[in-house]
Amino acid sequence: MKKLSIVLSVLLILICSILLLGAGEKEKVESYKIGGVFAITGPASWLGEPERNTCVMIADMVNENGGINGVPIEMVIEDSVGDETKAVNAVKKLINSDNVLGIVGTSRSGTTMAVIPIVEKAQIPLISCAAAEAIISPTKKWVFKTPQSDRHAAQRICMHMQESGITKIAVMSGTTAFGAQGREQVQKLAPDYGITIVADETYGPQDTDMTAQLTKIRATEAQALINWSIVPAQVIVAKNMVQLGMDLPLYLSHGFGNIKYVEAAGGAAEGIMFPAGRLLVADMVPASHPQKEVLTRYKGLYEERFNEPVSTFGGHAWDAMWLFVEALDEAGADRAGIRDALVKIKGFAGTGGVFNFSEEDHYGLTPEAFEMLVVKDGAFTILEK
Amino acid sequence: MQLGVQLLQYTLSGITIGSIYAMVAIGFNIIYNATGIINFAQGEFVMLGGMLAVYLHNTLHIPLGLAGPCAALTVMCVGLLFERFAIYPLKTPSVITLIIITIAASILFKGGAMFIWGKDSFILPSFSGDTPINLLGATILPQSLWVLGTLIVIFSALMGFYKFTIVGKAVKACSYNRRAAKIVGINVDRMVLLSFGLSALIGGTAGVIVTPITLVSYDRGSLLALKGFGTAVFGGLGNMGGAVAGGLIIGLLESYSAGLLSSGYKDAVALVILLLVLFFRPGGIFARREEHLLKAY
Repeated sequence: MKKLSIVLSVLLILICSILLLGAGEKEKVESYKIGGVFAITGPASWLGEPERNTCVMIADMVNENGGINGVPIEMVIEDSVGDETKAVNAVKKLINSDNVLGIVGTSRSGTTMAVIPIVEKAQIPLISCAAAEAIISPTKKWVFKTPQSDRHAAQRICMHMQESGITKIAVMSGTTAFGAQGREQVQKLAPDYGITIVADETYGPQDTDMTAQLTKIRATEAQALINWSIVPAQVIVAKNMVQLGMDLPLYLSHGFGNIKYVEAAGGAAEGIMFPAGRLLVADMVPASHPQKEVLTRYKGLYEERFNEPVSTFGGHAWDAMWLFVEALDEAGADRAGIRDALVKIKGFAGTGGVFNFSEEDHYGLTPEAFEMLVVKDGAFTILEK
Repeated sequence: MQLGVQLLQYTLSGITIGSIYAMVAIGFNIIYNATGIINFAQGEFVMLGGMLAVYLHNTLHIPLGLAGPCAALTVMCVGLLFERFAIYPLKTPSVITLIIITIAASILFKGGAMFIWGKDSFILPSFSGDTPINLLGATILPQSLWVLGTLIVIFSALMGFYKFTIVGKAVKACSYNRRAAKIVGINVDRMVLLSFGLSALIGGTAGVIVTPITLVSYDRGSLLALKGFGTAVFGGLGNMGGAVAGGLIIGLLESYSAGLLSSGYKDAVALVILLLVLFFRPGGIFARREEHLLKAY
């Protein structure tokens, strides 16, 4: 009996010391692991690649400056190929086997919607780089996003149409999550600005010819056309309009924010109007603007390191990463603490706008985050009001 | 705008799309005839044609008149090498193995193109300018006429080849019955090689011609292959005339349903018609019964 109690107490001490050791280790983490899930390859790779590059760049920058309170960041990056199933698998891997503290991504609205239930269940903060309103509305406890909302993009377009005296419009959209969300927002907002939708057409993301839809629109009374989709479809729409000799003002979504599309469309892109974050026109933003400094800094750093023009989408990852860095600085290696720190961030000047988060608002931007741009002489210019 | 002009515009759009499908379908048919397999890398041949032409013209600044044919011929070489290294070495090929090989090849070509040229969409300048041609109020791009013209040339050249040359007749014999062709002294292996080359050449040419309209990116091939395959099945696998007619019918259906019904249902309409055809005429609308019996024999 005595022997047994000695053995037991020795065992107990052993277990306790192991537990204590473990706890001690938890205090001093070797690195802050942040996961990144981006569509690095596949049809949406033009989103994922700049996002991945940006995350890697920021992790290097932070680590070169001694990390966050002396702890380096470790990026674990997965490729979602823009596919829902693969994104879900990647997020599960990051949570279960890499044990990350937070996740940046995913690149597309559809993939983000697919992974939300998983991060909510695992209680891990996710900052999405996708634009759809549905991501943060209704508010989910663990989900944030940095890109400007479709709603605000649609609002900016409607505001501009109202100013130009346009009352009847046609809407075209791709049958992707991005296109469908945009279409819904335009339908919802148009009446508030005295605008009626007289034609509503869709097309598949890989379609090569939209003249049929455009011919139908030409026969209506539409005074302007909003096209909500992602490349290459929007380039084809612009080219088809030239072919049909249609001179309707063409508004595109904020998905047009890459100068390469203008090059691909050739002369057909001239005069296209679209809402976009200020990053695309960083040089033209007045010096007094709160975003001026971060815009020129990111643009300079990215273009120097990767030798390619900066894109809005990389900017979303820039904002998401620095938000995590700020939250990690505050909370350390504690998922719930990071989330609480994120909610408290106010007046954070990012590439997408000035973020003011709160318990209810996990998006933190206003329509002011958008500037209306126009394609002029093959370049983006701020549209004069 | 009156309905007549609209209808004409839908017809022109439909013919343009349909010609593209038809060219891909012809490529499917050539290989199907020679080997009895579906070459799922057919769409990738089209993509490679477009990509190579873009590379030669936009990067190396070779004039379009030279870059186009060069690109098509290079794709033909790719097709020949593909046959020699992937299809030919198999001792006892089963149809399933061969089809899986073509799927693997399509993934390889796609990945290779992404690795070499990146993930952006590229465009070639139109061959004869971008000024639309006005036709009774409807418009068509000169490039669409190029697509249609190329389809006609390819189709007539193929028909002539099969009808009037001894090699063409030998290929046709292989398609009717491989074993019988071997027995009468036709070198079947060579005919298969020839078919792959020809099919790749046509795919590559199609790629060069359609790029000014549709743009090209490394992942363009899969969907073209799917539509082209549907077209080939619609017209009857192996039937060249069926491929052309099938392509035009599917193109017109898509365009009419987008214009007259709703653009959301455009693919559905084409697919429902395809299903109906398969229910009532499983061999395709232009299938001839005896041909199938001969093949099965």
